Amino acid sequence: MTVTTTPASTPDSTSGHPTAGPATLVEQLKGGLDAPICLTWELTYACNLECVHCLSSSGRRDPRELSTAEAKAVLDELHDLQVFYINIGGGEPMIRRDFFELVDYSIAKGIGVKFSTNGAFIDAEKARRLAAMDYLDIQISLDGTDAVTNDAVRGEGSHATAIQAMQHLRDAGFGEFKISVVVTRHNVDQLDEFKALADEYGAQLRITRLRPSGRGADSWHDLHPTQAQQRQIYEWLLAKGDDVLTGDSFFHLNALGEEPLPGLNMCGAGRVVCLIDPIGDVYACPFVIHDEFKAGSVRDDGGFSKVWKQSDLFTELREPQSAGACASCGSYDACQGGCMAAKFFVGIPLDGPDPECVVGHGEQAMLAASSAAVELPRPMMDHSKPQRVPVTLTRR
Amino acid sequence: MLDSSLGLHPQVALRPEPFGALAYHFHTRKLVFLKHPDVVRVVRSLADHATVADALVACEIDERRWPSFDKAITSLYESDMLCESTELEASGVADTTAESPTGTVR
Repeated sequence: MTVTTTPASTPDSTSGHPTAGPATLVEQLKGGLDAPICLTWELTYACNLECVHCLSSSGRRDPRELSTAEAKAVLDELHDLQVFYINIGGGEPMIRRDFFELVDYSIAKGIGVKFSTNGAFIDAEKARRLAAMDYLDIQISLDGTDAVTNDAVRGEGSHATAIQAMQHLRDAGFGEFKISVVVTRHNVDQLDEFKALADEYGAQLRITRLRPSGRGADSWHDLHPTQAQQRQIYEWLLAKGDDVLTGDSFFHLNALGEEPLPGLNMCGAGRVVCLIDPIGDVYACPFVIHDEFKAGSVRDDGGFSKVWKQSDLFTELREPQSAGACASCGSYDACQGGCMAAKFFVGIPLDGPDPECVVGHGEQAMLAASSAAVELPRPMMDHSKPQRVPVTLTRR
Repeated sequence: MLDSSLGLHPQVALRPEPFGALAYHFHTRKLVFLKHPDVVRVVRSLADHATVADALVACEIDERRWPSFDKAITSLYESDMLCESTELEASGVADTTAESPTGTVR
């Protein structure tokens, strides 16, 4: 769950009551809540970058993007639903001309804002403006502590851009912002360095799991951590993860040991979190931008509330899920079958094992999918920029 | 913690849920589950009573359950969801408990 909750980042599940154990709470949350705990709202598909693992295949703005008035109407609804905060993303959300207008409106409505950015639009002046706002949190995306590692994934110059934005935020006295890292096989050895970098800037580190979503479908096989690295992540989180945020996205790793990772051990998609995309479509989570997981649109009659409360998809996701192929595995209680989005985009049935199943069932399942010639689902909202054709200079 | 005088932190909002309530702290951005309606009732009534024990009596919580409530209240206090009543008075926000930053009761 991204809650991220937490989700993404999603809840720190501190016990508020002695008699009801965490299992009971998780069971109740699986049945869904009257309103999301938090939700992700991608404000635009426009982006100055073209990260190879972009979960929303962003690049170009969609002409059907919600207008300022429509976005404000959604915020009115979220206020009525008592949603505490929203995670704003994109694309690059700061590209929208009404970015500050919408953030101000949300905060004035009592809905806290956390937004994810690559930092390109945070100059000294914007940093001061952001620092002056309450109930606002910022996540700067960074996928390598050095330019070589980061830029290979996020594009040339993106490391320098992010670091500069971090400097501006520090200079403006913003306080504790977040550095948000998608863990890959190329940066997994840098976890300690990321932590040191965050400490240096008075920031908090957030690490999340790479999914084969969006353009990630094409880069996942080259980027996702190896089995040995998965254990490395698990052990690092157990040893040093106390003040590191994860959006509870690594719960599939719980099958690696007796000690569960902190946070909620469940998929929150359509139950306690969801995604609103730039054109107002509502999906179960940020990692499943595909018709199969589209519950409706904020533009439908009844708006977001009706989609959240009554859509067939969300109702189905809140029913008890079958353990399917994992039913006979002793680790199912720990890993809960893993991530729905990760399975879907590599062709594994939703009641099959996670492709990164730590017991090793993922490899077989992917092999079965490929030998059965299952056509892999493609992202349905590809806003990638057209491939640039190199200009050939010719003499007249 | 039973003899302390506590109240909900002014920047914390409570949202009722079937299992109890969700508490969100707008400053620390921590989200906490109050996993039983009785805990929610006690937390809400803290500000009206001189001590935690008084609130437990007023909410008719069986004394055998007090140690576990003490534990829950302590945990909420340690995560800044609750604060000392004196802090509330000093900051002049004693009457705004359970309100969102805009002053709307949520």
